[in-house]
Amino acid sequence: MAGSDCDDALTQLYEYLDGELTPDRRASIRTHLDDCVPCLEAHDFEDALLKLLADKCHDTVPDRLRAQIALAIEVESEAEAG
Amino acid sequence: MADQATFADQAMPLMDGLYGAAMRMTRNPTDAEDLVQETYLRAYRGFGGFEPGTNLKAWLYRILTNTYINEYRKKKRRPDESDIDDVEDLYLYRRLGGLAGATAGRSAEEELFEQITDSNIKEALEALPEQFRMAVLLADVEGFAYKEIAEILDIPIGTVMSRLHRGRKGLQKQLYEFGRERNLVPDDAERP
Repeated sequence: MAGSDCDDALTQLYEYLDGELTPDRRASIRTHLDDCVPCLEAHDFEDALLKLLADKCHDTVPDRLRAQIALAIEVESEAEAG
Repeated sequence: MADQATFADQAMPLMDGLYGAAMRMTRNPTDAEDLVQETYLRAYRGFGGFEPGTNLKAWLYRILTNTYINEYRKKKRRPDESDIDDVEDLYLYRRLGGLAGATAGRSAEEELFEQITDSNIKEALEALPEQFRMAVLLADVEGFAYKEIAEILDIPIGTVMSRLHRGRKGLQKQLYEFGRERNLVPDDAERP
């Protein structure tokens, strides 16, 4: 990949994916991605990787713990009212 | 005195996320449970001071993080494992043959993504040094903006960005090792 446009886009790729660029910068990179297949593919890959993290990293609180915490707050609340 | 009903309504639904974050931080289920419980108690006690309509999720994660730092971090049951200096941009993408445009690269990508389980991802994240792990956790798992992460961790936005970049690269290195172990990705030596 050559060109400073590519360098630009790749350097700011994370900020772009994170939605943290100014509207102007964002539009500028978007335009480049529309025109540059290699950069677009790199973008799509990084995007997929971030989605992997977002989708696969979740846990569910065990019911027991949830009940335990609810009870602890109940107790706290009664102590405050006491 | 905190309004228990309001707290139950607004804060309790966020528990799964906080629990997941606690697991990634402590890397120990018992500590994670204690951490979440303590976080909720502190949050409840301080709820009267919470400004309604402001960012409750960030507020809770800040309590979680501070509680972790003050009480659990010193326990440090396992050493931080991965070394992430020296990791280039697009680390994993390059190693899957991406930038060379090889069609083989595409299926290696698909293979890898298909085979990575929830456990694999969690382990990869947990192997990151703590400061990078926290940044990735807050941004990519919990969806906080840079500014919110800066407030939660009490660091400048520039530091958030730097830790996030390095954390993501570190993660890619982990995933590359994972792929190597399963022969899903070519050796560095075989790269186009």
